[in-house]
Amino acid sequence: MFDHISMQLLLGQLLIGLINGSFYAMLSLGLAIIFGLIHVVNFAHGAQYMLGAFVALLLLNHLGIPYWGALFIAPVVVGAFGLLMEQTILKPLRHLDHLYSLLATFAAVLIIEGLMRLEFGSTGLPYASPLPGGVNLGFMFLPYYRGWVVVFSLAVCIATWLLIEKTKLGAYLRAANERPEIVESFGINVPRMMSLTYAFGVGLAGLGGVLAAPIYQVSPSMGSNLMIVIFAVVVIGGMGSILGAILTGYLIGIVEGLTKVFYPEASNLAIFVIMIVALILRPNGLFSSPESSR
Amino acid sequence: MTRYLLLAALAVAAVAAPFFVYPILLMTILCFMVFASSFNLLLGYAGLLCFGHAMFFGTGAYIGGWLMKEGGLSIELAFAATTLAMAALGWVVGLISARRGGIQFAMITLAISQFVYFLLLRAPFTHGEDGLQRIPRSDLFGVIDVSSNLSLYYLILAISVAAIWFFYRIVHSPFGEVLRAIRDNEGRVESLGFVPERFKIVALTLSAGLAGLAGAMKASVYQIATLHDLSFHVSGTIIFMALLGGLGTMAGPMVGAALIVMLNDHLAQFGEWALIIQGVVFLAVILFFRRGLVGELQAFVRRRAARSAA
Repeated sequence: MFDHISMQLLLGQLLIGLINGSFYAMLSLGLAIIFGLIHVVNFAHGAQYMLGAFVALLLLNHLGIPYWGALFIAPVVVGAFGLLMEQTILKPLRHLDHLYSLLATFAAVLIIEGLMRLEFGSTGLPYASPLPGGVNLGFMFLPYYRGWVVVFSLAVCIATWLLIEKTKLGAYLRAANERPEIVESFGINVPRMMSLTYAFGVGLAGLGGVLAAPIYQVSPSMGSNLMIVIFAVVVIGGMGSILGAILTGYLIGIVEGLTKVFYPEASNLAIFVIMIVALILRPNGLFSSPESSR
Repeated sequence: MTRYLLLAALAVAAVAAPFFVYPILLMTILCFMVFASSFNLLLGYAGLLCFGHAMFFGTGAYIGGWLMKEGGLSIELAFAATTLAMAALGWVVGLISARRGGIQFAMITLAISQFVYFLLLRAPFTHGEDGLQRIPRSDLFGVIDVSSNLSLYYLILAISVAAIWFFYRIVHSPFGEVLRAIRDNEGRVESLGFVPERFKIVALTLSAGLAGLAGAMKASVYQIATLHDLSFHVSGTIIFMALLGGLGTMAGPMVGAALIVMLNDHLAQFGEWALIIQGVVFLAVILFFRRGLVGELQAFVRRRAARSAA
């Protein structure tokens, strides 16, 4: 079955899988950081990703700021919005069951998406690719921009992982997660650190949105469909496991791409089948030690 | 005493209602009352947030509708079979998800509901985006005609009352007692020799059966079953209903269901704003009155009683 045509199809779908996987990895990474460090299941992650794409679009259309500027500005804007959300709706719920913060972010999604649909309609808006053209690799055609997305998101994932696992700041964050009182007694402002962690995770979602704008259509609902897949990725990888989220994100993207080649009818189902199998075989997540799950 | 008077007044109102209010609206309210109660059993009494509860409701609508349309079953058999089928689905979902508690349970049930959604989108008997249309209102016991709105209303009323009575019995049984204990302190329950996982699976099985029954009733009322019934939108709405009315109170989620169904009936003309308003109210409930309408009312009555006793 591996004649010339199907080989092209296979590699093409692998590339699409890798690109989708890049987004899965970046978004589930942010979700895992937020959950792992402040125990909030951020259901608004998809909506914040959508806001990132819209900020990029508005910067281009109204201020003439190109993609490369938006890549820096949009995550900051969306992160600031996240900080605002954290201060107004998450902070009052910090000492309650985590279910309430999940439901609060869910309610926020209804409001954010509703307002965006009111303002911009529900049809997708185009965002011109900043890197037009591509290169013929002989066996397939690779658009430059897609290559950039794969490389850049991989770099962001690795940098974030290093930041959390290998730097002093990351050590503070992990310590504050385990024993907030003790870290606080060292003179570190734990509540502020938690707020900034949330803003950082939300900023990552915004960055994902900017990256996605030239590939997918920019629309108010672009995040909500992705959200459920991201949830499944985080469940498979093990809640709060940062490396697990990244690896599972890429894995799921690629498996999804391969299912499109071999059994297209099941491509939507593949992720969930993997999740169910993973739950039965490894109830604590693929990349999580038993004691780290709660 | 006042309690029985209240119940009697409610019974009279329920019997007289279809002569004053459009029966379809009343039946919708009843279906969502049963659905909201089934959700309440999980979140309000067992502390389990099922984030994809619409999968039982929506799949129930398809199965009930299919049994009446293609299977030629009488209405009560179709309802009973749907309830059993959805209880079985709930049991399977419980086996997969009950091992992980709290927040992960919510994420897993959401993902499974999406899985069921895509599965039904592909299944031939659901007719994809068109939905299952022109579902007949089959005769009761094969002989009694319930095709008119008025006669169907009384059937739906009777079944809903039975379902809610069943829910009441579950909550006030020793089993319900253990569920509440698991919600409040799971480790403690485990140390007493109970296996919380098993109780959660049974709770999910019972809840799914009730939600499936609500879905089948809805299919007979609207004579159509669509993918929207099992969409995430419906799962979100049911959470909102339960929270607005008051989780963990018998009546709260039912009051919430009635309010939201009536509200949606009025707000439908506002389109996008309806959802935004829903989000704002939802957020306000979570931030400021987590006990919900009925819960706050009960707390108020209790405070007043305590003050007059002092």
